[in-house]
Amino acid sequence: MVDKEGGGVIEFLGEVIAWFGDPANWFGPAGILNRLREHVQITVAATAVSTVVAIPPAVWLAHRRIGGSFVVAAVNIGRAIPSFAIVVLFLPISIRLGLGIGFWPTFLALLFLAVPPMFTNSYTGVAGVDPDLVEASLGMGMTDHEVLMKVESPMASPVILAAVRVAAVQVVATATLGALVGWGGLGRFIVDGFAVRNNVVVFAGALLVAALAIVTDVVLSSVERHVVPATLRSRSEGVESVVA
Amino acid sequence: MIVFVQAAGGFFSWEWVVNHLDDIWDRTVEHLMLTAIAVTVGMAISLALSIVALRYRWTYTPITWFTGVLYTIPSLALFAFLVPVTGLSVLTAEIGLVSYTLLILIRNTVAGIDGVPPATVESARGMGYTSRGLFFAVELPLALPVIIAGIRIASVTTIGLVTITALIGQGGLGFFILRGLNLFYSPIGTTQIVVGTVVSVALAVAVDLTLVGVQRLATPWSTRRAAA
Repeated sequence: MVDKEGGGVIEFLGEVIAWFGDPANWFGPAGILNRLREHVQITVAATAVSTVVAIPPAVWLAHRRIGGSFVVAAVNIGRAIPSFAIVVLFLPISIRLGLGIGFWPTFLALLFLAVPPMFTNSYTGVAGVDPDLVEASLGMGMTDHEVLMKVESPMASPVILAAVRVAAVQVVATATLGALVGWGGLGRFIVDGFAVRNNVVVFAGALLVAALAIVTDVVLSSVERHVVPATLRSRSEGVESVVA
Repeated sequence: MIVFVQAAGGFFSWEWVVNHLDDIWDRTVEHLMLTAIAVTVGMAISLALSIVALRYRWTYTPITWFTGVLYTIPSLALFAFLVPVTGLSVLTAEIGLVSYTLLILIRNTVAGIDGVPPATVESARGMGYTSRGLFFAVELPLALPVIIAGIRIASVTTIGLVTITALIGQGGLGFFILRGLNLFYSPIGTTQIVVGTVVSVALAVAVDLTLVGVQRLATPWSTRRAAA
């Protein structure tokens, strides 16, 4: 434990900097680079699969105006189930399914946590498209399919992209907990640091995880800004996010 | 012990639950206390920052930016940052938990007060309210449905996050989840994981419904306006 005098804090930060300066902590299977690769890999995989699983049905159901009450329930339940509990719960489940520890319990837990908010936010985005606009498009002779593809989907695109960003940030956070069930990733430094009571490693791991979450948010926000036309931008406000 | 060995083929042991009802109750109370302290302190800080943001508009962007960054930091990392400073303590848990309530509470408080109809504010001024009287007697009560909607989200979120504080020696019901993780190969372990999860979710639902009730009682004039 560091004492609260200035010298102690500076000394501690010096040790953290020294830790980052040691090449041994960067390379090899337990190095920062490999842990980062693992973290990014599972985040991209879980976010991509969630996108495919959640968004098309959400857009279609919202177009048909089916399942509004289910959507509300999904948000509330999603928020109430602790991500820590889900990651841990998927460990015995994964073992019983013969998938073992490590990647699969983490990946399944990430899907379970990412799909509901992505579904809900996309649904809300499409359902929130101005009905007058849909009316006008039908009046212009567009088919049902054209309304979905050429009016509702583009209008909802800011909200859907924001939903993907929010889910990705949440997945980065929850993937940290994968270290508890045998997965690597940057959470490894925090969990292992706790185990051996090494605060320098714990702190360094926390810096890496926080940086990855913030970089993910910033990068995907800038993608949104480049992809979404200026006139639609304000529509992405009010997207539900969940801390993990 | 014999009972546990006999149940070893299963996934869930009712015997464990029956034998540990006291334990489960104690951890539930601990969980509620950790949550109540976090949301109360979070609301106090948020109210103060919201007043600043409403009085000096330019501060709203930096305040939401900063609380937004806090909100983006994964919880395990935030607790890990604090451990070298405040140790494996309740204080560490509470600083982290409070940090996560701020964004939601400030956003809803400011939105709630901004949503008070200008005509109402005007009439209150005309009746001679000072700005402080106006804030506490008119604006705050009228903003209550939106503020309580924020408190509901913050409470449910906090109840989930409390479980993670098990990793820094606190945790309420998260204690069972963590102990279950260490015994995941046995039904005693899986039972504890399930108990920790189910009771925590039940707690979140119960607290949410209680707050809906509080909101109806506190603002009888606006049952229809309650924003989600």
